[in-house]
Amino acid sequence: MERRSFVKKATLGVFATLLGTDIVYGAKMLEGYKPLGLQEPDPFKLFKKNKEMVVLNDKPWNIEPKAHLLDDKVTPNAAMFIRNNGKIPYEIDAEKWTLTIDGESVKKQKTYSLQDLKTNFKHYTYQLTIECGGNGRSEFNPPAKGNQWTLGAVHCASWTGVRLKDILADVGIKDDAVYIGYHAADVHLSGDPSKEPISRGCPISKAIQEETLLAFKMNGEDIPVAHGYPLRLVAGGWPASVSGKWVNRISIRNKVHDGAKMTGTAYRVPCKPVSPGEKVKDEDMCIIESMPVKSLITYPKSGAIIKKGKSLDIRGHAWAGELEVSAVEYSIDFGATWQKCSLDKPANRLAWQHFSASIEFPKSGYYEVWAKAIDSNGNAQPMVVPGWNPKGYLNNACHRIAVKVS
Amino acid sequence: MNESEFNKKIKKAQRTAYQAAFATAIATALLLFSIYYPTFLVFKNNETQLSTVTLDEDRIENGIHVRTGLVDAEGLMTVVNNCTNCHSSKLVTQNRMNAERWNETIKWMQEKQNLWDLGENQKIIVDYLVKNYPPKKVGRRMQLTDIEWYELQD
Repeated sequence: MERRSFVKKATLGVFATLLGTDIVYGAKMLEGYKPLGLQEPDPFKLFKKNKEMVVLNDKPWNIEPKAHLLDDKVTPNAAMFIRNNGKIPYEIDAEKWTLTIDGESVKKQKTYSLQDLKTNFKHYTYQLTIECGGNGRSEFNPPAKGNQWTLGAVHCASWTGVRLKDILADVGIKDDAVYIGYHAADVHLSGDPSKEPISRGCPISKAIQEETLLAFKMNGEDIPVAHGYPLRLVAGGWPASVSGKWVNRISIRNKVHDGAKMTGTAYRVPCKPVSPGEKVKDEDMCIIESMPVKSLITYPKSGAIIKKGKSLDIRGHAWAGELEVSAVEYSIDFGATWQKCSLDKPANRLAWQHFSASIEFPKSGYYEVWAKAIDSNGNAQPMVVPGWNPKGYLNNACHRIAVKVS
Repeated sequence: MNESEFNKKIKKAQRTAYQAAFATAIATALLLFSIYYPTFLVFKNNETQLSTVTLDEDRIENGIHVRTGLVDAEGLMTVVNNCTNCHSSKLVTQNRMNAERWNETIKWMQEKQNLWDLGENQKIIVDYLVKNYPPKKVGRRMQLTDIEWYELQD
């Protein structure tokens, strides 16, 4: 870009000198060149996303779907939210991609090529629920800073890769290992190469779960670039930031990983409940691990008008972090009474579950259909926004849609 | 004027003529080249659209700075120039904070995100943000709004 701009400028100068005359549009042209080059491409085409998705932020990219776009049992790329902390890597060469395992608690540092990972370890495929820790942030009051996610920052795609535990066993880790931290190829927003946009991780106990993968396929194809091509750590049920994209290094730590966005208030909530707006010291903030129980009504889209006497079929998904969902209920009277939905078992552990119900409305008028999931420990979704926290994480309040019976 | 002086003048005139001919030849060659290869010539395709872009880069429509979506108010360009280089203006417009929390956010960006010292501009920026993007009072659960009603087909 810059080189071309220079060539054009030089060319224009040569012309002006030789012809001994002003070039009428020259000045405008040269000034105008840069803004045109800075225009953003169409993100929906760029990332192959549904046109109804909402762009919260374009630098870095943060895009979320509305609830009805998440109706598929296995989320397609077109409806998957994008939450990036830095810039997508400029150049990705899967042929030359390597993964290095290092850190204080590794017996001997080792580097694998992507091909080594694919050929030397067994492949596994799991459907995994990945939800942004800040999903639902927009409802907190006082408002929490950051991207104001509403409710679409969750997906459950099918991921194929190798188990992280198999790789750790191959490398050999020391007894004092407590945490893993990933490092990746994305670029800090400031462009500073010495800074990482995000470098998070999880305790060894989560890292060695069977479903924790180093994935190279999503829904049977290469992972889309915005979702971490060519290699992504996938840890279902935990904040999506644990599932690092474009991963090229994993450090085995003898302490809690202290990479970017592991410390301070990032992806942490107060260890003890606080009043709304209260100041919380960094040392009183605890790292989010399993995400809480939650559900979404994905059909019909909010705003449905039906004829009196007709029943309404609803459906959606429910998930509960590390746990399973044991029941989903719906209410059409703002929670005064609740009815059971039918609920499927998960495709595998950490996959969301599908629920459905058929609803009769007693008379015409305005209704809200509320859904409430209950996890295997008996925790249900709250109807109001749960405990306030400084960064606006973990809003698992019931989802609702508007329905009119005419 | 003697003969040698005359010869010198003739030679000088010749040189000038050669130079002019040479320059004209190059100019002709470049012009021909640009006629046969229009992409080489920068002002061929883009002149109309580029000149409008230049003029309107910071245009305001209905009180909104079109390029960033920020409200047109005192301090706008200070905010544009300091706050939209690293991140999108959308990150500003979707957040609502008081002065204390905007200042904390700036401090956080300086510590973690390489934001420069804003000097006297910090007050201009924070005043702008508090005035145009203050916190709104909401309850623990808002009424559903912006419902797009539609007939549900079977």
